[in-house]
Amino acid sequence: MSEWKKICLVTDIPVLGSRRVARERGIDVAVFRNDEDGVFALLDRCPHKGGPLSQGIVFGTSVACPLHNWTIDLEGGCAKAPDEGCTQKFSVRVEGGAVHLDATELATLALDLQPVVAGPAAKELTNA
Amino acid sequence: MKKMKLVMVGNGMAGVRTIEELLKIAPDLYDITVFGAEPHPNYNRIMLSPVLAGEQTVDEIVLNSWAWYADNRIALHAGKKVVEVDRVKRIVRAVDAQGAATEAPYDRLLVCTGSNPFMLPVPGNDLQGVIAYRDIADTGYMIETARTHRNAVVIGGGLLGLEAANGLMLRGMNVTVVHVMPWLMERQLDDVAGKLLQKSLEDRGLKFLIGAQTQELTGNEEGRVKSIKFKDGSEVATDLVVMAVGIRPNTQLAESMRLHCNRGIVVNDTMQTVTDARIYSVGECAAHRGIAYGLVAPLFEQAKVAANHLAQFGIGRYSGSLTSTKLKVTGIDLFSAGEFMGGEGTEEIVMSDPFGGVYKKLVIKDDKLVGACLYGDTVDGSYYFKLLRDGRSVSDIRDKLIFGESNLGDAGHEGQNKAALMADDAEVCGCNGVNKGTICKAIKEKGLFTLDEVRKHTKASASCGSCTGLVEQILMFTAGGDYSATPKLKAMCACTDHGHQAVRDAIRANKLLSISDVFKFMEWKTPNGCASCRPAVNYYLISTWPKQAKDDPQSRFINERSHANIQKDGTYSVIPRMWGGETTASELRRIADAVDKYKIPTVKVTGGQRIDLLGVKKEDLQNVWKDIGMPSGHAYAKALRTVKTCVGSEWCRMGTQDSTQMGKDLERAMWRMYAPHKVKFAVSGCPRNCAESGIKDVGIIGVDSGWEMYIAGNGGIKTEVAHFFTKLKTAAEVLEYTGAFCELYRQEGWYLERTVHYVNRVGLDYVKKKILEDHEGRKALWEQLQFALDGEPDPWFDFKEAAVDTRQFEKLTPA
Repeated sequence: MSEWKKICLVTDIPVLGSRRVARERGIDVAVFRNDEDGVFALLDRCPHKGGPLSQGIVFGTSVACPLHNWTIDLEGGCAKAPDEGCTQKFSVRVEGGAVHLDATELATLALDLQPVVAGPAAKELTNA
Repeated sequence: MKKMKLVMVGNGMAGVRTIEELLKIAPDLYDITVFGAEPHPNYNRIMLSPVLAGEQTVDEIVLNSWAWYADNRIALHAGKKVVEVDRVKRIVRAVDAQGAATEAPYDRLLVCTGSNPFMLPVPGNDLQGVIAYRDIADTGYMIETARTHRNAVVIGGGLLGLEAANGLMLRGMNVTVVHVMPWLMERQLDDVAGKLLQKSLEDRGLKFLIGAQTQELTGNEEGRVKSIKFKDGSEVATDLVVMAVGIRPNTQLAESMRLHCNRGIVVNDTMQTVTDARIYSVGECAAHRGIAYGLVAPLFEQAKVAANHLAQFGIGRYSGSLTSTKLKVTGIDLFSAGEFMGGEGTEEIVMSDPFGGVYKKLVIKDDKLVGACLYGDTVDGSYYFKLLRDGRSVSDIRDKLIFGESNLGDAGHEGQNKAALMADDAEVCGCNGVNKGTICKAIKEKGLFTLDEVRKHTKASASCGSCTGLVEQILMFTAGGDYSATPKLKAMCACTDHGHQAVRDAIRANKLLSISDVFKFMEWKTPNGCASCRPAVNYYLISTWPKQAKDDPQSRFINERSHANIQKDGTYSVIPRMWGGETTASELRRIADAVDKYKIPTVKVTGGQRIDLLGVKKEDLQNVWKDIGMPSGHAYAKALRTVKTCVGSEWCRMGTQDSTQMGKDLERAMWRMYAPHKVKFAVSGCPRNCAESGIKDVGIIGVDSGWEMYIAGNGGIKTEVAHFFTKLKTAAEVLEYTGAFCELYRQEGWYLERTVHYVNRVGLDYVKKKILEDHEGRKALWEQLQFALDGEPDPWFDFKEAAVDTRQFEKLTPA
């Protein structure tokens, strides 16, 4: 039995927009809402260069990554051809207008992926 | 549901392309059967010349492998020639080399029988060793003959004939080209370029008999050709005669089916035969509006339309193509398009350096470019071809036209302009780090033909676009043919067939006020657009109907939604506005405090005389703005960014005008101005021009008697020096003229079009007419801009008015 964690109301997510969900460990999860109140959840990390998908433009059932405009399918988490790659998707349950994510998935999925580092911190990493 | 049956006769490039397009949009509509007379899968016929020349192999030019047909469940009958079609019973009958028959019923028939080479009707044209140059078999025969024989004659000094001659020569034969016209490639080149080409080919070892009329071919005892005789009585010994004097649409089958033929199978704009609506025809056999095309680009456009109708979408229309030509002889660059011969009512601009091997001729009629012929340096071919298609006035760029687009300020590919000479590991696209080898490989392996396809697959030239010319050259050499199939009217994106102008016009004419109104009115194909059309339409709405159309933040790129610049790690940068680049101790203190408080990792002085705080977490943005307490610099927006100024007469001993004050006044008057793309101003106080006014969207230079105004400069991807626009006396005039120009650009520019591109598109003369000559119009534009900007909110402080959704700054946490 999976345990569903309440995240927010559907209406807390802008139409054709998204919100970021913090996890105890690992990269954030992005929850998206399309214009038919469909809610989708993906790891907030583009398979291309790690861009935050939550910041992209949502259309149809896709989101365009804000960094290099890859189009990622909200249902499956995979890039549209000819680009290749997938990001982790998360199960979503909408009940009584509230968005729920699976606690086990939040606690276990894609914990090994590191966030993108930029600026002086990135230099320190390479020099270390 | 039972599938319909589609049968294709002819397994060539145009036909197979139609099937590929069809499978993309309606993969399950038909059971597909293909008949091809040649025992090969579909190959790139244009690349037979490199095969003949030994630069590629037959395997390398195969476009669709046997496996492709199997994977797509297409029944391929290769080596079976269709001999009969019963249009009443809708059955196709074919026979193979052994005479065994195959039948296939159809619901839709696609006739792509291509063309036949024309054989000169001279005695001896049926001798052994006399062939045409059309398919793999001919190519193989030539390669074989080169191994065993010495002398060859090619009749026809056109594109195909010269490629054949070059190939045979590279295979070691002694080749003579016989050409009846006064110069080579007379349908593609003028006399000067034709003679340059002849000279260059002669230097390589080809011989030419120009103006020679063939009388007969004589044979030896074994029935093999031994010489060619001319009308003037002369004779040349030869072991091989290749006829390349033109092609004729192959309409034999179509005529037997009683389809109407007139220099090809006559089709309408949907590529259906005029005789039988179940039957389509594309490619070299089809006559559309009286023209049977022999180049790849038009055929692929036809394929797209035919596929659309076969898929029962019924929206595409083919309305003919404008074509250009390039020659595929390695090391020889030539390009021609349009009415390159000139003639009555035309003017010519010519640059000729016969010793350097460069010749360029541009033909102009009524201030428009109508033809181009380039030899030796063709990197600007596509630029001229675009000007030709667009039909825009060239009067304002006439003095520079001959030097092309790529003469100045190109960056990112080491100034290269000859792709053929580049090594495989040489970088072509500096933005995306794509080298020549990668592009060639993708073109070959994925069977790419158009610039758009190459961009999609490799990203080469997909960012700044300055290497587009190189990528096109590589495409030309690798895939062959004429790639530049961009339709005259470019659709905004895949969501619509309408172009930017049509959308702008409809918004104005029909007073459309929301994105959904536009999508409904213009019949968008997608429910809520995509990441490229939505921001554009949103901009068109708010710039056309200020204070009426409602801004939609979800249709803006993230930077304009969060009012900061996203960085590669998902943090943001903050650039506060510093009027005219001046700041104070108190501002600097607040900035320094914010840097400490929010642990901002990098502080950088920008090129626009402002301070950039990099690496701000999204959660901190609102507080950083509040603590700093300075207005938004809009460094993240398609809007007025910086106004760069020099010190000016207030301090500078050289200064003639108070440039800092002028800059501040301009900035205060026009900040918060959204535009099709970013807008930068600069004001210098004297002609030494320390603020670099010559490369800004609007650059002002103070002189003793007033101000000079320059427009449409750009210091980015392609350095573009601004045009001198006008001389003004007062600061008030500078404001009015600058504002009016900006408003004109705001109202007419296409989204993501910088002022330089806008002015290039409409012409400087047009802008002068609107701003300098039409005094009422100019004042009206300036008023419209002031109306639009009046009371506009600062998005860093007036969240509600600026429609900033502040929920985005907080993260959610699972309960």
